[in-house]
Amino acid sequence: MCGAPKQGGALAGIDLDTQTVIQGQVWHDGAPVAGAYVRLLDATDEFTAEVVTSPEGEFRFFAAPGTWKLRSLAPVGRGERVVEAEVGLTETTVVLD
Amino acid sequence: MSRNDVLVSVDWVQEHLGQPGIVLVEVDEDTSAYDGGHIEGAVKLDWKKDLQDPLRRDHLDKTSFESLLSSRGIGNDDTVVLYGGNNNWFAAYAYWYFKIYGHRDVKLMDGGRKKWELDGRPLSKDAVERPATQYQASEPDLSIRAFRDEVVASIGSKNLVDVRSPDEFSGKILAPAHLPQEQSQRAGHVPTAINIPWSKAANEDGTFKSDEQLAELYAEQGFDDSRPTIAYCRIGERSSHTWFVLRELLGKSDVKNYDGSWVEYGSLVGVPIEK
Repeated sequence: MCGAPKQGGALAGIDLDTQTVIQGQVWHDGAPVAGAYVRLLDATDEFTAEVVTSPEGEFRFFAAPGTWKLRSLAPVGRGERVVEAEVGLTETTVVLD
Repeated sequence: MSRNDVLVSVDWVQEHLGQPGIVLVEVDEDTSAYDGGHIEGAVKLDWKKDLQDPLRRDHLDKTSFESLLSSRGIGNDDTVVLYGGNNNWFAAYAYWYFKIYGHRDVKLMDGGRKKWELDGRPLSKDAVERPATQYQASEPDLSIRAFRDEVVASIGSKNLVDVRSPDEFSGKILAPAHLPQEQSQRAGHVPTAINIPWSKAANEDGTFKSDEQLAELYAEQGFDDSRPTIAYCRIGERSSHTWFVLRELLGKSDVKNYDGSWVEYGSLVGVPIEK
């Protein structure tokens, strides 16, 4: 898949007029979680993609407008969050417990 | 061929660390993952730099594959245990690739890096050096690799299994959602293909589902056991995962992986496409 791009960071080079970007951070106990697995599930709960969070706990997906579920899994716990995405940037936080 | 011949658990790998005759090989989508920490003693294969012809879109030829494995210190008689990130997508691709060149004993570590990490097992940053070998590959076994003309000719007659996500199958998106969606080729799928996403064959921790669950999954999705099968995805690694399930775990006969996959098919002039 051409190598997963580095997670998080600047949005330079990403065309937010055409791309639907869902990005955010994974948190646990008041701190971001590095190395957490985050998967993007579609409206039917089917797997669409999975990334590993950056050292700052960040993740990013390129999706399409609609309803998506983020599910995160890490040795410290798991968490979920549903988001409504539109063209442009949608930011969110997934908390593990 | 059964599950125990082709799949080993993380426990098995940890118990056999450093044992002569066993070579751990890490193959990741994120090719920097290995450098940040790998299983002790594992060598790295970069799917892009090492496993692709540097000029054409194709595998390495036999001589280059022999040089690559020789330089990594992999011998013909070694048991090669492959693992990687992203639920073993690229490790499964490498497994299929090693089979094409006739490696006798190759296995996947069930769950890959993800299972290893979620278990909190140790990773090492130590450089791994293995003495070079004189690896001898077989002529490529093309009975497990499909090319574009065969795919077009198989419409309506073989099991065409599209293992991408439903949104890629329907043409809503062109690539997995962790990648920018800028590809220019057409969206959709090969007519008569059935969509059985690779992810349905795996548990959340990246391990494969049980043989019973897998058999049930393909049966209920309309897989016809009397027909030959071609699996495809976008560039051929997720379909390697499904190829592994169908041929190596479930023992189905005549299963090919179409590594040209949607990036090739969706760019061909004049071929039929469904959305």
